[in-house]
Amino acid sequence: MKAVLGLEDGTFVVGDGFGVEGTCSGELVFTTQMTGYMEALTDPSYAGQILMFTYPLIGNYGVDQQNFESPMVHARGCVAREIAAVPAARPSVADYFEENGLFGISGVDTRSLTIKTRTVGTLRAALIVGSDDGAEAVRRARAVSPIGEVDLIGDVSCSEPYRIAGPGKRIAVIDLGVKRHILESLGHRGADIHVFPHTATPDEVMAAKPDALFVSNGPGDPRRATHAIRCVRDLAGEVPVIGICMGIQVAALALGAETYKMKFGHRGTNQPVRYKDGSIYITTQNHGFAVDEETLPEGCTVSYRNVNDGTVEGFENRDLAITCVQFHPEAHGGPRDTEMHFFDRIYREIP
Amino acid sequence: MPKKSHIKKVLIIGSGPIQIGQAAEFDFSGSQACRALREEGVEVVLVNSNPATIQTDPDTADVIYIEPLKAELIAKIIAKEKPDGILSGMGGQTGLNMTAELAEMGALEGVEILGTPLEAIYRGEDREQFRDLMNAIGEPVPRSMILESMNQIDEAISEVGLPAIIRPAYTLGGSGGGVAHTPEEMRRIIEIGLARSRIHQVLVEESVAGWKEIEFEVMRDAADTCIIVCGMENVDPMGIHTGESVVVAPILTLRDDEFQTLRTAAIKIIRALDVQGGCNIQFAYRDGDYRIIEVNPRVSRSSALASKATGYPIARVAAKIAIGLRLDEIMNTVTGVTPASFEPAIDYVVVKVPRWPFDKFKSADRTLTTAMKSTGEVMAIGRTVEEAFKKALRSLDNDMQRHTNPSEIRMILTSPTDERFGCLFDAFREGFTVGEVAELTAITPFFLEKIKNIVDLERKLETNFEPEDVRTARRYGFSDEDLQALTKKSVDELAALSGTPTYKMVDTCAAEFPATTPYFYSTWEEGCELSRDGAKKVLILGSGPIRIGQGIEFDYCTVHAVMALREEEGIEVHIVNNNPETVSTDADTSDRLFFEPMQLEDVVNILKKDGYYGVMVQFGGQNSVNLAVPLEAEIRRLDLPTKILGTSPDAMDAAEDRDRFSRLLTRLGIPSPANSSAYSEEEARRMAGEIGYPVLVRPSYVLGGRAMELVHDEAELESYIKEAVRVSRKHPVLIDSFLQNAVEIDVDAVCDGTDVLIGGIMEHIEWAGVHSGDSACVIPPQSLTPSVIARVREYTKKIALGLGVVGLINIQYAVRNDVLYVLEANPRASRTVPFVAKATGIALAKIAAKVMVGRRLADMGVAEPEIEHVAVKEVLLPFNKLPGVDTVLGPEMKSTGEVMGIDYDFGRAYYKACTAADNTLPTTGNVFISVTDEQKEELLPVARKLRELGLSLYGTSGTVDFLTQNGVEANLVRKVQEGSPNVIDAMRSGSIRLIINTPADKASRQDHIQIMRAAVDYGIPYITTLQAARAAAMAIDAIKREEVTLEPLGHYHGLA
Repeated sequence: MKAVLGLEDGTFVVGDGFGVEGTCSGELVFTTQMTGYMEALTDPSYAGQILMFTYPLIGNYGVDQQNFESPMVHARGCVAREIAAVPAARPSVADYFEENGLFGISGVDTRSLTIKTRTVGTLRAALIVGSDDGAEAVRRARAVSPIGEVDLIGDVSCSEPYRIAGPGKRIAVIDLGVKRHILESLGHRGADIHVFPHTATPDEVMAAKPDALFVSNGPGDPRRATHAIRCVRDLAGEVPVIGICMGIQVAALALGAETYKMKFGHRGTNQPVRYKDGSIYITTQNHGFAVDEETLPEGCTVSYRNVNDGTVEGFENRDLAITCVQFHPEAHGGPRDTEMHFFDRIYREIP
Repeated sequence: MPKKSHIKKVLIIGSGPIQIGQAAEFDFSGSQACRALREEGVEVVLVNSNPATIQTDPDTADVIYIEPLKAELIAKIIAKEKPDGILSGMGGQTGLNMTAELAEMGALEGVEILGTPLEAIYRGEDREQFRDLMNAIGEPVPRSMILESMNQIDEAISEVGLPAIIRPAYTLGGSGGGVAHTPEEMRRIIEIGLARSRIHQVLVEESVAGWKEIEFEVMRDAADTCIIVCGMENVDPMGIHTGESVVVAPILTLRDDEFQTLRTAAIKIIRALDVQGGCNIQFAYRDGDYRIIEVNPRVSRSSALASKATGYPIARVAAKIAIGLRLDEIMNTVTGVTPASFEPAIDYVVVKVPRWPFDKFKSADRTLTTAMKSTGEVMAIGRTVEEAFKKALRSLDNDMQRHTNPSEIRMILTSPTDERFGCLFDAFREGFTVGEVAELTAITPFFLEKIKNIVDLERKLETNFEPEDVRTARRYGFSDEDLQALTKKSVDELAALSGTPTYKMVDTCAAEFPATTPYFYSTWEEGCELSRDGAKKVLILGSGPIRIGQGIEFDYCTVHAVMALREEEGIEVHIVNNNPETVSTDADTSDRLFFEPMQLEDVVNILKKDGYYGVMVQFGGQNSVNLAVPLEAEIRRLDLPTKILGTSPDAMDAAEDRDRFSRLLTRLGIPSPANSSAYSEEEARRMAGEIGYPVLVRPSYVLGGRAMELVHDEAELESYIKEAVRVSRKHPVLIDSFLQNAVEIDVDAVCDGTDVLIGGIMEHIEWAGVHSGDSACVIPPQSLTPSVIARVREYTKKIALGLGVVGLINIQYAVRNDVLYVLEANPRASRTVPFVAKATGIALAKIAAKVMVGRRLADMGVAEPEIEHVAVKEVLLPFNKLPGVDTVLGPEMKSTGEVMGIDYDFGRAYYKACTAADNTLPTTGNVFISVTDEQKEELLPVARKLRELGLSLYGTSGTVDFLTQNGVEANLVRKVQEGSPNVIDAMRSGSIRLIINTPADKASRQDHIQIMRAAVDYGIPYITTLQAARAAAMAIDAIKREEVTLEPLGHYHGLA
């Protein structure tokens, strides 16, 4: 089965399709992680995006459902150099994509596409499985709305509040597309977790009498997380606020700071961050937007910085008890170096 | 964290000679460390006994000692140089052991141990301490028990069970270890292991054979930042030493959660060991369960592989960490824009395949075990596993025997030998299923599927294929040669179907950042990252995997050629090579590195990509020289603008082709031993008869004397011819008259077409007949008359000019009865070029490279050096690593590496060389002597000398009677077959300090073999030729008179 990936710059590549026939479109982004492909594909933050793996062999160990970060694949499409035909465990990624109506293309030069993305910035793309009509794919790529104009959070947030009871501190989680392991990391520490849909109001959240407010990761432009921004704006100072990934961006926006779209973002499991004490951690990251340091209001200090490009990877505000990181301390996939470092600390600091 | 400002001078200990288990990787690491420290303004003192290293170059370190790696000598160097620190982890296990010994003897007062702390050395190597530490941090290790005596064997069997793995402590590459399946096997392996272990200790442990073997390369700095540079997965499961295994990077078959569990453990371990620098950690893994197998708190062969596999310079970073820099203060030189505190992400598959020496050692036990037997390795990079597998096999550059008999295949798969990897392909060709092969080998089916993909495609290409299949074959790494053979299409037809390869960059970051270090591999995809530009480019062919006959010397020459050309204005120098251990494949050695196989098509593909001005084939050894003629033809056919630089392929052929070379010598009036080339068995018989037995026979175009033999009669000749002709059908068999009792001479020279520069004249210690690569030699000559030396010079000049050499030439001569014969001339780099350079200070390879791009010797102001000191090269033989190998030296090369001894007289220089080769000559104690009857007269002065020097002589009845009759006191011991206590018992008890045992006639052959085996097993110094015995007597004499000189190399060269 043929497949074609068209890009907004007018180029396209033809490869082998897997999954089912049909079309998907969104931003083409790359991740440099070499393991954890299913964790990435099922990470709700990839909603609205076509996920390309720079590692040329994907699917080697099949589909490990026990490691999913959410019940389903959220990336709109998957681009790989090669999908293992006979993986070490079943089912194969291709079989899984077919059974679940997903779209993928393999047999393409992912490195060239990565270099292009790095050079010109993230491009809108369309993947047509079952066709090699490049012109059509380009046309569809150009028709994709910029990610800032698309509501993606609504598709991945829970629709009703729910509770994961625990004996410890009560944490209200605003679910913008939360990864399962964030909840597990909180749960392991005994947290009594109340998860709210992204539309939750400050009153609804406070009704749960939380000891802390947690804002999760999520897809797309953080400025679209309007309800969450309002929650943080209203509740900061009242309860401690913790954020991961989109959570940090939401917190920044709530404090009046700005976020911006990065040229091609940080996606992978090898991103070094420097903590304020100078120590360095290797982290998992998945973000295309970042907090503009210049706009952070007084009282906020940058606590983590990306070692490669100096961008904000965490900030805190002691007065308002805000602690946020851009990277993913819960890992899955990726190194667990900051799991204890981050979650132990934030949990301990919740009064 | 600031750099440790009190560390201004650092001592680095190299790893000594190349041997099985310790190859070029430590020159790579050590050289990188030297450069890294000097960049930080630290003065580097380097000690190594191996002259064929880049680290012992005056450009690399500030103060260089080429001295035996013995603690008492290094202690003196420390006292003299007063370094502030010692970087322990750059010289392999040798470097660590030496550091531990120095510390134990109190020689490190005031010297800070940098990088690997002493505790980590002990914990990494002492099994009990290692196990205790792992238990303390809750990391699982195999059930085990430490033995220090043979009495504990029964206890070990009940504690650990069988099968069990036995590993001696403090040996190289697991030497002396093995897997025991029965109590008898256990007893035998432990006995040898105890003898080999420096601390008389072996570990017996639970067998995790068949589990996955996973390795991590971890870095840690003083601020406790830890990163994983690379995870690697062995295709061969546990039970085969990782150095003997096919290895892939990154880890391909672990889920992320499994990978992270091991990663977390690896970081916990490096923290517990408190290593500041690099550390290698090996795991056995099965179904969620794991064991820590081994920790190497230092750079290693694996770290060299990981450096090349990722582009991340582990040794460089480790050296900077050792002097206090933090990972985020060290720049990633590959990207140039990001610091070293990240984990490399790669976007290709790397495969490493070991290179074994069994083509040389027909009688060796080829079984792969937990002890290393391979001499080197190749690495290949591809975008598919299949491609990387195929490229690696092509890089190995050896003949693989195809197995078709299913029972034989089954046998090789279950009891793995060096043939197993190739045999996996044969198994699928013969219709085995993945399930069957997995059952027989315990190899993860994922890898077997990839091999089966290749075989399935082979079949399709042979029968009925579509154009798309050819493209797939390219992506699977099939070569032109493969495809031509399978499809019967021409190269041009194939090119029309599949295009040309593209080149992609190794950049540590999977293209996330732009990279500046130009490190490339070929693949068959759309995007090519090479762009043509107008630069004047020269491609230098490297030497591929380290093998006997083609060792690190050729990498040294390659690197020197690169350095020389980089000094020239306007030349861009590129390297192609596939050996991950080497300095030449360090990405910043050249202007561009191609990590590729080096068959004709691979080289031509590179030349086609850009307008190369020239290509150099002289430096990589015989393999690259063999490409000269076909390369020139291909350049002409394709009408490329490239020249073969230096000596023309035709001139090379004139030297290789016996008939052409003989005609040249006749024309020049230079004698050579009677010789002929025979193209048939019939012809060979007739010619050998005419020349007169004994004769030396060999195929043409040999490598390291492969398949060369001394043949005494027609029967031996016949059996040889059958073998040799099979080895090389295209080329004739060469027959040379054998000069008995002749002194052999080696000369290295450079010719520019007008002038000839003689670099060094080396007199061999052993007589002609012992391969020149195996015999010790000395600069300047010690016994040659001025007239002979004058003729050596004259002949060398005539031959170099007569052949039309431009660049290097090595000529071997033999002198007998004042007649100087030319044995052979090789217009290429030789293995003695680095020795000559270190002995005399003249960088011959660099001069040659400059000559090859048009410089004149006359303009360079170089002259044949005259030296007042003496330098001796001695070799390292691999017998302790290869059970079953004949220890007799002959025309087949057997040594793996070399050392140099330098001093102001022959005796002391030879003494140092022997010491450096781990064959330390005793100055007191007992010497066992056994020689043949014909040699007894010659023995007499040597024996007399040894007695005068105060050594006691022992022998069996014949020798003792002869010596006593001639007034030399000697004591009798029983022959082996005369029962106990005999000579072997005396050796075992440690009462014999030196063995002089020359190859015996058939009658006492068995004795000789057993004595030599015992000498090797018990580590007793031994000598197998009378000439070496004479030299040894001189050395012992000299050493008793005067202490060895301990001066840096520059001191000798300054006097020259």
